[in-house]
Amino acid sequence: MTAVIILLIVVAAVVLFVISIYNALIKLRNQVKNAWSQIDVQLKRRHDLIPNLLETVKGYMKHERDIMENITKYRSQAMDAKTVGEKAQAEGLLSGALGQLRIQVENYPDLKANQNFLALQEELTSTENKISFARQSYNDQVLFYNNKIQMFPSNIIAGMFNFKEEEFFEVEDEKEREVPKVSFS
Amino acid sequence: MWELIQANKRRSVVLFIALGATLLLLGYFIGGAYFPDGGGFIGLFFALIIWGILSIVSYFSGSKIMLAISGAKEVTKEVHPQLFNIVEEMKIAASLPKIPKVYIINEEAPNAFATGIKPEESVVAVTAGLLARLNRDELQGVVAHEVSHIVNRDVLYMTFAGIMLGSIVLISQVFLRSLWFTGGRRYSSRSSGGGGQAQLIIMIAAIALAILSPLLAQLLYFAISRKREYLADASAVRYTRYPEGLASALEKISDTSIDLKTANKVTAPMYIVNPLKPKGRKLSNLTSTHPPITERVRILRGISGGANYIDYQNAFNKVKRSKSTLIPSSGLTDNAKIGIREGVIAPVALGLNKKTKREMGDIMMKVNEYSFINCKCGLKIKIPPDYKQETLFCPRCGRQHQTR
Repeated sequence: MTAVIILLIVVAAVVLFVISIYNALIKLRNQVKNAWSQIDVQLKRRHDLIPNLLETVKGYMKHERDIMENITKYRSQAMDAKTVGEKAQAEGLLSGALGQLRIQVENYPDLKANQNFLALQEELTSTENKISFARQSYNDQVLFYNNKIQMFPSNIIAGMFNFKEEEFFEVEDEKEREVPKVSFS
Repeated sequence: MWELIQANKRRSVVLFIALGATLLLLGYFIGGAYFPDGGGFIGLFFALIIWGILSIVSYFSGSKIMLAISGAKEVTKEVHPQLFNIVEEMKIAASLPKIPKVYIINEEAPNAFATGIKPEESVVAVTAGLLARLNRDELQGVVAHEVSHIVNRDVLYMTFAGIMLGSIVLISQVFLRSLWFTGGRRYSSRSSGGGGQAQLIIMIAAIALAILSPLLAQLLYFAISRKREYLADASAVRYTRYPEGLASALEKISDTSIDLKTANKVTAPMYIVNPLKPKGRKLSNLTSTHPPITERVRILRGISGGANYIDYQNAFNKVKRSKSTLIPSSGLTDNAKIGIREGVIAPVALGLNKKTKREMGDIMMKVNEYSFINCKCGLKIKIPPDYKQETLFCPRCGRQHQTR
């Protein structure tokens, strides 16, 4: 009789332990998802801003056709990307092309004085900042989640319920990470 | 980061107990001095009631009072899109649950503060002078510092510590003044009885406590206030990953000699830089609410290698030549390598030139709900909110404009 009771207690303890780890994993996974959606909102916002920007810039910049074509191309690539890795790569290229555009703006004083352009410029700068801050917090969350999946004993439960590691949002090329040093004043 | 909040809370509890004990002791002895028979507990009770009432009032309307005193006005995104964007950026960087409300204070002196007991209902307020003087990166540094105060729960903590300090000062002052006016005659006649000696000792203890405890409490309060400023700087660096922004912002803010008209001694600790400039004499380090700006700037400029807490701590130790632990060890275990980013350099000259003055004027008008029309002749027409007509003629070229 006592043996049965002890056995029951042990089984109950194990079940409770598994449940608590399972819930912790779910919570972490949701946090990763939430952090990702934060990035996604900002990426969408950037995609929405680009057509407006190109429209404003077009009248002034007659000689920078290839930069603008690149921006359009990378934008549509980024919008079609499915996995985190693909998306990170396409967005990195898009950031690079936008950076080139900023450097060229220096040669067009009229454009730099255009109120509409300045407003768009501010929105774009802010959106890029938001993307990079959101990326930071997404990567933090992924790190927590992946650690939990790899470490004992939660790795057993993660394996049982098929929790998969998440991908970091990393910009491949170091150069793309650099913000171009340009003055807009 | 979460550990940092926890460590802050633990540290706060210790200080609260110290302040609370001072308050209770003060109440007990003053009560004892007034009423020899069991008066100590009456005094204790009164001290608690005063503290309780002040706390409740400040909990429910502390930020409203602060905002009202400072003359800050809530604004919409149209007034200053950049400020709104930066606040939202910092909300993301600090993972706040909600975007803080944005207020602008129509004053020339550059300064900023944050308020809000709960992170969900927080406010960031900046002056028009600050907006006109700082570039984007500098403004971001300032906003990050203010958001750090919200995240680290400094607003909550400083409000309640301030209330305790206020109660202690209030009770001591009332007691000392009542002694002055009654000349202590009442007590001497009463204490001529058997317990005279004991009563005299209680009386002396009460007077000593009433004189010393406000000083002691103030020193405690100021010491922690200074520490929290450094901590908020450290968090700001982590959020923006750009120490130079905050450093040059602090320099610009301290460069002006204009006093913030709407700040006073009570609200001063809430601002990013002490809004009341010491006049004539140099304020001693012990009694100032903010660390010296030159030192804050030196630490920020001394950061190398990364933007995490450990990097700030290293720079702090180098500048202060000490091994003190500014940041609780649990905050330092967060050793993720966070690179310092490059700044977008858009210099705005130090001081107030014609352009920044005009910009500041425009911001102030927008805060006061003026609308603007750019006329083709190059004139910017500023329309006050009480202008009711639908059309208006440009005073320079006579063109007709729609006001709506």
